[in-house]
Amino acid sequence: MAKTKVIERKPLTFAEKTFIPQIATGLKTTMKAMFDKTVTLEYPEQRPVIPNNYRGVPTLVKDPNGREKCVSCQLCEFVCPPKAIRITPGEIDAETDPERAHVEKAPQEFEINMLRCIYCGLCQEVCPEEAIFLQDIFSLSGYSREEMINKKEKLYELGGTLPDEHHKWDKKKAAEDAGNAH
Amino acid sequence: MEFITDTLPFTLPIVFAVAMISVFMGLCSYSVLAERKVSSWIQGRTGPNRTRLPLLGHIPILGNILTRLGIFQPVADGLKFLFKEEITPGHVKTTYYYLAPVLALAPALTTMVVLPFGRYVDPSGVVQPLVLANLDVGMLFILGVSSLGVYGIVLAGWSSNSKYPFLGAIRASAQMVSYELAMGLAILPVFMWSAAPGSDYGLSLFGVVESQSGWLWLAFWQPLSALIFLVAVFAETNRLPFDMAESETDLVGGFHTEYGCFKFGLFFVAEYAHVIMGSALFVILFLGGWNFLPGFADPWGDSTFGAVLSVLWFTGKVFAMIFFFIWVRWTLPRFRYDQVMALGWKILLPLAIGNLIFNTLLIALRDTAGF
Repeated sequence: MAKTKVIERKPLTFAEKTFIPQIATGLKTTMKAMFDKTVTLEYPEQRPVIPNNYRGVPTLVKDPNGREKCVSCQLCEFVCPPKAIRITPGEIDAETDPERAHVEKAPQEFEINMLRCIYCGLCQEVCPEEAIFLQDIFSLSGYSREEMINKKEKLYELGGTLPDEHHKWDKKKAAEDAGNAH
Repeated sequence: MEFITDTLPFTLPIVFAVAMISVFMGLCSYSVLAERKVSSWIQGRTGPNRTRLPLLGHIPILGNILTRLGIFQPVADGLKFLFKEEITPGHVKTTYYYLAPVLALAPALTTMVVLPFGRYVDPSGVVQPLVLANLDVGMLFILGVSSLGVYGIVLAGWSSNSKYPFLGAIRASAQMVSYELAMGLAILPVFMWSAAPGSDYGLSLFGVVESQSGWLWLAFWQPLSALIFLVAVFAETNRLPFDMAESETDLVGGFHTEYGCFKFGLFFVAEYAHVIMGSALFVILFLGGWNFLPGFADPWGDSTFGAVLSVLWFTGKVFAMIFFFIWVRWTLPRFRYDQVMALGWKILLPLAIGNLIFNTLLIALRDTAGF
């Protein structure tokens, strides 16, 4: 067993008993604190730095060539614990994007109900196409329940484009050009 | 024209009184701002810096500076108190509940009647105080009336009919009674020295200031009295570290827990009125009032401008004291209730009595020895 160490306490001197020197020291400390730099962040104008792994509002992203990444596989819809995501799968228009049409699908509508979302990030984790990301948006508000449901356009607007390492379609094209498609 | 000159003796005091009340209320609201600003600076924050009045706030550079300093904030605060919904809880004793804030504010505003805040030289060359009523017993008046303020707090606590306000009110009244004694005894030596037998001043506050016109501010001559008085003023104004009436950490809001909107605003203003009065009193009694600096002759001339300068100098000292009040608030933690009582009864009161006896003997010795 560890030995108890008895600390010897000196009796207070007369000056210490009046507390006045201590109060003066305290006043000096607070006065010094008064001229220190303020730590306030003036919120709407100044924003905090958001760390990279932050889980903010879920958004849809496009690949660097501006193509939709989501193929409406609906994995996120299935994995979503509070059932906040609803996807209506659709075909890709053959006239505007002949290359991708009949190869993969795209969501006709993609809804994330932000009143249900719990920001768990499972959708981002499960997405095989890296199309859905919880980015740095942390403040979200609306006047009605309808307004709080993020539609596809809104999701792409919030998401923007993220750098992509895979360049799936570029690789496919390169393979085709080299003569060994598939 | 004749009508005006005839009624002047009646109307002039009213005009002066209204002017003084407006200035005083302005000071109250700006000491609230000072409290918020200084508190936030001490805590590393910026404080209120958004409120902007339409025209004044949009002057190119000045408007921004004023806004950052929160100069327009008191307007917003006051309007907020005015326009909030008046809620009277169902369990209160209505008459006294409404009476309490008025009783809290009225004494605080009444004391300023006898408060000299500057001096002028009248045509015959005599120095006169700038004061609403130059009472010979000014100090006694202030002690008497300002302690009436506790009735507001006691009534508020009792009529709220709820336990936290009640506890706050009881603490506040006990504290006031305890510290009033030490306060009164602490300033007796001051008047014993400043108003020698045969002088015209008596308990007049103007006399105390005039007696400090040389190099001897009473804070240096009577440091013990000054210290006891300062501690007692902190207790009387219910400021931290003697925040017994509110003790928001254990009593929610203390005596004004059940109050909201404008009634709370009145309590709030009363608290700051007490702070300003306490600061002004300390400046008058111990820091030489409007006298320039110890050892310097007053540079204020005989003109009206000189009178204005003396008022400004006095106000500056009062502001410094108000700053000190706020500064102490963020330095010292609140005393426990029994510590407050022990400090008041076991330390300050004996000290004050001892100080009084010592000074009496000193004066007796001086008079018999004849120097």
